[in-house]
Amino acid sequence: MTKSMWALVAIVAVGLAFPAAGVSRQSGGTLNMIAWVGYTEAQWVKPFEKSTGCTVHAKYAGSSDEMVTLMRSGGGSQYDMVSASGDASLRLIYGKDVQAIDPSKIPDFKNFGKTFQSPPNNTVGGKHYGISLQWGPNTLLYNTKKVSPAPTSWAAIYSPKYKGKVTVPDNPIQIADAALYLMKTQPSLGIKDPYELNSNQFNATINLLKKQKPLIKKYWGTAGQEISDFKNGNAVIGASWPYQTNTLIAAKAPVKDLVPKEGATGWLDTWMVSSHTKNLDCAMKWLSWISTPKVQAQQAIFFGETPVNTKACAVMDKLSKGSCAQYHANAPLKYFKQIHFWKTPVADCGNGQKNCMDYTKWQSAWTALKG
Amino acid sequence: MGGALWRRPWLKGASLLSPPVLAFVLVYIAALVALFISSLWTVDSFTGLTIHTWSLDNFRELWHGATYRTVAVRTIVVAAAVTVTDAVIAFPFAYFMARLAGPRLRAVLFVLVLLPLWASYLARVYAWQLILNSDGLLNWSLRKLGLPAANLAYTNTAMWIVFSYIWLPFMILPVYAALERIPHSYIEASRDLGAKGGRTLRSVILPLALPGIIAGSIFTFSLTLGDYITPVLVGGTSSQFIGNVVYDSVNGAGNLPFAAAFALVPVIVMAGYLLIARRLGAFEAL
Repeated sequence: MTKSMWALVAIVAVGLAFPAAGVSRQSGGTLNMIAWVGYTEAQWVKPFEKSTGCTVHAKYAGSSDEMVTLMRSGGGSQYDMVSASGDASLRLIYGKDVQAIDPSKIPDFKNFGKTFQSPPNNTVGGKHYGISLQWGPNTLLYNTKKVSPAPTSWAAIYSPKYKGKVTVPDNPIQIADAALYLMKTQPSLGIKDPYELNSNQFNATINLLKKQKPLIKKYWGTAGQEISDFKNGNAVIGASWPYQTNTLIAAKAPVKDLVPKEGATGWLDTWMVSSHTKNLDCAMKWLSWISTPKVQAQQAIFFGETPVNTKACAVMDKLSKGSCAQYHANAPLKYFKQIHFWKTPVADCGNGQKNCMDYTKWQSAWTALKG
Repeated sequence: MGGALWRRPWLKGASLLSPPVLAFVLVYIAALVALFISSLWTVDSFTGLTIHTWSLDNFRELWHGATYRTVAVRTIVVAAAVTVTDAVIAFPFAYFMARLAGPRLRAVLFVLVLLPLWASYLARVYAWQLILNSDGLLNWSLRKLGLPAANLAYTNTAMWIVFSYIWLPFMILPVYAALERIPHSYIEASRDLGAKGGRTLRSVILPLALPGIIAGSIFTFSLTLGDYITPVLVGGTSSQFIGNVVYDSVNGAGNLPFAAAFALVPVIVMAGYLLIARRLGAFEAL
């Protein structure tokens, strides 16, 4: 090889090593989103892309914790939006990962149920960090053939009657379910909010979960796992989402679910916008689009959850008869008064005291519980 | 250029070796060093940002947290149990293949050993789920035989069975290789000197097969040690492995430094294991 050829090789090598040099990155009109599975379906994403020219790239996350981690990855500039549940949203707000938006720019905002316009999991200090999307309860699911009499209380998953046939989610936020049960059954503990627990209340809750552990067959990680455990007889009763119930009933499994007399925890999801987005315009268009009655109804039926837009009810019944009542989209205020929506536990107890167990404590307690 | 290489043979060796060595250093060593460095950082629990100051907090938490000790011990104990089980099953099988089976039968047995490896790891774990379920194949068969149902779904026993099944081929092959290399004359000599079958097995065959067993145990032990899928799919309520805690730390708590610190535990365990294995001559049988 001659000298000049070596020089050529060197130039090519340097060029290959720095491919991006001198090329400016164009990302105009693209929204990179972190979403729950089933939240960015083609039936409502395609029309959005067509009418606005904004392209949607969605990455599905498996848990709230993963969503927070992803939103913070790469300095927070990798993703423009996230469909955060209540146990993730406050972490994102306090971590300054998401920005406040002006709800008056969302035409359908005024049609949202009053409870969902400024819920504490996405509205802090009067500022709206995104808009509410859909909600649902965490229900008690049971096999109607194997469980009798039909349960009316969460006590069913804490009593030894169904030992070895109980299943609950493998998720630190599950501690709130036990706290809710204690709030109703042991008033002497003084639990006011299942997400604001001082160390005494927290220890009592963990003790209840430790006593429950020998009764449990499996802490389920995915909805699919719980569905198959109910199908093949590994579990006959457990904490669940309406999605599993719908899927099991569609498969002709003998199951039923309910919100027990103590009430239930639930999720309320919020579309939030990253503080570092370069596509605020597209993001606002997306917020407007997913809050319209039609998209709200489509998503509610697809996933089995309840829309926040009160006008979605009529559209739901048009798309699938009876679905509005099935998903409680027309339920009275009394119904969701008994749902305690997920929110991130923080040290601030909300009563001026700062001695509550924060989410890090919940996570390590959950890891220790599983042992 | 060819002439230069011919005159300096070391240059040829160096240029042949340097790409793999470079890749090894960059991919393996650099990754391990990065792992070690990040284990010395911490994460701010409020903002989730990594704090780049040196501290041993993660290792302190590991050392003092009873949960992490339980998880580490469980991982190592299951890995050891799986290794012993596989060795016990593999030895007679490999012995039959290497010394007793005819060439055609041997080929069939080889295919049978390797056949499971053609299917996806996940498919094989799910197959075991179907067998061990409450209404699964195992309980169905037990019922037909009039025996009480075995409650194996989602237990540590299930985990041990599935791991032993999945990694068995990795034990059979090196043991087979070691047994096949034993010259027949050694066994004849042992017999000529008056040793019975049991004595020959103990004093001649086992010592010569040992490097093969150790080599196989490196596979079964390290593969079990690093797994985190089987515990999720067939493990019970107390079945967390080191890998599961690492996964939860990264994807759940976003605490990469702590995950890195915990991930160093299997690295250290494996390093110790390999040192012992080298002493026992395992690498001559690989």
